[in-house]
Amino acid sequence: MTEPLQKMEAASKLLELKNIDLSFGGVKAISNISFDVMEGEVRAIIGPNGAGKSSMLNVINGFYHPQQGEIWFDGKQRHSMKPYQIAYQGIARTFQNIALFKGMSVLDNIMTGRFTHMHKNMLWQALWKGPAEQEEIVNREFVEGIIDFLEIQAIRKTPVGRLPYGLQKRVELGRALAAQPKMLLLDEPMAGMNVEEKEDMCRFILDVNDTFGTTIVLIEHDMGVVMDIADRVVVLDYGRKIGDGTPDVVRNDQTVIDAYLGVSH
Amino acid sequence: MASSAQKQSYPAPGLDTFPKLLQHNARMFTNKDAMREKEFGIWQSWTWSQVADEVERFALGLQANGVKAGDSVLIVGGNRPRTYWTMCAVQSLGAVPVPTYHDSVAAEMQFVIEHSEARVIIAEDQEQVDKILDVKDRCPAVELVIYDDPRGMKGYDSEVIEIRDFVTVQAQGEALRAKQPNLYQELISQGKGDDISIILYTSGTTGKPKGVVLTYDNTLLTGYHGGLMEGLTENDEILAYLPVAWIGDHIFSYAQSYTIGFCVNCPESTETVAADMREIGPTYYFAPPRVFESLLTSVQIRMEDAAPFKRKMFKYFMQVAKSTGIKLLENKPVGIVDRIKYALGNALVYAPLKDALGMGRVRLAYTAGEAIGGEIFDFYRSLGINIKQLYGQTESSVFITVQPDGEVYPDTVGTPSPGVELKIADNGEVIYRSSGAFHSYFKNPEATADTKTADGWVHTGDAGFMTSNGHLRIIDRAKDVGTFNSGKMFAPKYIENKLKFFPHIQEAVTFGDGKDDCMAFINIDLGAVGNWAERNNIAYASYQELASHPEVNKMVAQSVSEVNESLLDDEMLAHSQISRFLILHKELDADDGELTRTKKVKRKLINERYKILIDALYDGKTQCFIETEVAFEDGRVGKITGDISIHDAKTFNPVAQAS
Repeated sequence: MTEPLQKMEAASKLLELKNIDLSFGGVKAISNISFDVMEGEVRAIIGPNGAGKSSMLNVINGFYHPQQGEIWFDGKQRHSMKPYQIAYQGIARTFQNIALFKGMSVLDNIMTGRFTHMHKNMLWQALWKGPAEQEEIVNREFVEGIIDFLEIQAIRKTPVGRLPYGLQKRVELGRALAAQPKMLLLDEPMAGMNVEEKEDMCRFILDVNDTFGTTIVLIEHDMGVVMDIADRVVVLDYGRKIGDGTPDVVRNDQTVIDAYLGVSH
Repeated sequence: MASSAQKQSYPAPGLDTFPKLLQHNARMFTNKDAMREKEFGIWQSWTWSQVADEVERFALGLQANGVKAGDSVLIVGGNRPRTYWTMCAVQSLGAVPVPTYHDSVAAEMQFVIEHSEARVIIAEDQEQVDKILDVKDRCPAVELVIYDDPRGMKGYDSEVIEIRDFVTVQAQGEALRAKQPNLYQELISQGKGDDISIILYTSGTTGKPKGVVLTYDNTLLTGYHGGLMEGLTENDEILAYLPVAWIGDHIFSYAQSYTIGFCVNCPESTETVAADMREIGPTYYFAPPRVFESLLTSVQIRMEDAAPFKRKMFKYFMQVAKSTGIKLLENKPVGIVDRIKYALGNALVYAPLKDALGMGRVRLAYTAGEAIGGEIFDFYRSLGINIKQLYGQTESSVFITVQPDGEVYPDTVGTPSPGVELKIADNGEVIYRSSGAFHSYFKNPEATADTKTADGWVHTGDAGFMTSNGHLRIIDRAKDVGTFNSGKMFAPKYIENKLKFFPHIQEAVTFGDGKDDCMAFINIDLGAVGNWAERNNIAYASYQELASHPEVNKMVAQSVSEVNESLLDDEMLAHSQISRFLILHKELDADDGELTRTKKVKRKLINERYKILIDALYDGKTQCFIETEVAFEDGRVGKITGDISIHDAKTFNPVAQAS
């Protein structure tokens, strides 16, 4: 595993979280967590149930506002922002429970991912001919590239609700990619998949990282998958960070092993 | 070819190789589409002159990389324009393209790489390159791998094998062309009609595949004259969706396209073939009987689910089509009332149905490889689709016999094609001599001598006879025809085909050679039976569970007894009724080596692997436990186990029937 180290030396920090604290009323979801994400790496967040992984993703995504701590993205400190503003900054995500428009076709679903790249207002859209049409063509071309990339040509016009789970996950990844994000957040991309679907998804994640140079932050339960595809792993337990480093380091860390085997707290 | 058959003519004097034809087409049909591929949701097209340029640059690129006349170049790819261009580029240098099945596993590919002694391999994508790298230690001759799709190929490096991008090689070719503008013309002018044009490995129902060596005179002349006979023109359209390593695709989508000048359309992906076919509306179409069968099955299933009015309309007009459609297609006299009914049916049912199947414009459709059920055959013909059977093999460059227009019967395969001499050997085997008859088996003189006699007669290995009207009728593989202990003939495929004509039976294997009775293995059709289960509220989780359902067993038993009854009609075969059968716990699969890649049953292997079940059939047991290894698509191996119940079939007494 010399490759990720070289990758890190060359790259700069894309995201840095400093001393994040997040609580809901009296419940402390995240306490004093700091870690960074380098440009172009695949960063995994792992941890047992209720460790605060999804909360962490929601903080990065701007859905939750931490009470304490600083978030630096792309060299700038982020202050309170709405999720859509964060989307404009170049962060896209997928969800643990698929959040697609079930009645719309695969193509239309992925097109919605292009909204940050559509600038013509409603009037232009209503007039259609001219600039709005041009814009749509450019965006459609981009989306077709994604459809080709994810090998979902055969279901281009199929309503999403009719697709099996594994394919829906792929469509969701497609929608996130359509935004051309600098950083892609994947919340359990392989949950509920069979081995073959998992292997496909792994390949797509690595290909996205490879082809588009997209930085990827993913939450995943399947340890085998994480250890195979992540450059670095951060481990959470009960809202605290208990490990951080390359998969090899994390795998051999006693605290991490304890957390997974369930030592009493 | 030491053959007495008179030499047929080339499309124009001197056009004796495909690279020369390509140059000719680029002049004749400069701006006409030669090739299309759907990509990014849009049909992209290349004219003949663009194709000629692409091929020239790639050929020179290969030259720059040291490919020379006589080399074998392996091609592993699906139906993509660049796969076909590669073939022509390789031929331009006098080298020999060796296409291989892109869905074959690494071990199968290794055999072809080793046997063909290829130094250069052109692979479609990362998946194929990975397979080659997997076996590279056992194939030390391979020096260069060129890939078409750059996706995921970043950072691929191997110390032993050079890996290059298709585009890079074309750029090298362009540089070479700038330096030596006449080089390409010089190279292609050296090609001759009796040069080796291609080596195609046969899927091999027995043993290792054999490399069939074909010359330009084989493929080019046979394709050209086959096309002329059917009146194909440069305005026809074909959809290339069958494996490029298969002789049929090589003749229909390559040889005939180059000699006649029609456009070849490549689908977006293997899953989109049906939709792409609808969009393109090919005029010339080939499909194995299996495809026609499954299309018909899906039509029937969907009509079962349709609203009652539509269903009745469909049933009524299909009845009309059955009585008048075929007569109309064959220009036989039809009454005015029937004509009106048919026209009405055409507007309401046939035309929309043909359009949905993508066959709205089909002028000529072929089917071959297996027997096709009379009912299936008539269904398409009654819709006005001119589907015909042909008989051929890799060794004959496809065409041995074709059904001429107006003389189409479901149970024969037609009359000899142009330039083919045909006879039946004393042992009942069909033998032929033709311009398409192969050169030799690659590096296998014994097999060549076994198959092809010194004066050019080729043994097909099929048993058949000529009917009174001069048509050829194939019964079975000559070596598969066996005898019962009673000494009577056992023709397994004949019975299996009868079984497979039922929509809910996907595959069947019968046994009887050297035994007293005929027994059968059955595979149900998961699509058809699954739909039936859904309509009847029968829950199932897997093929295995559905296959062992008592109702399914009853349904299959009914079909078996119908087959038995129909066997009575044929005096020669009345004794081979199926006495017992079982439904297999898994589908027979090419990945497990049980079928060939073209989906033919490998009998020997099945005899060994399922011996326990065969014994159980003959021992009179009613239950049998079996454990089978299965290979998953990613190459891992798992196990399927299960208890299989064995059923007695209803048989009919020939004597009682007669009296």
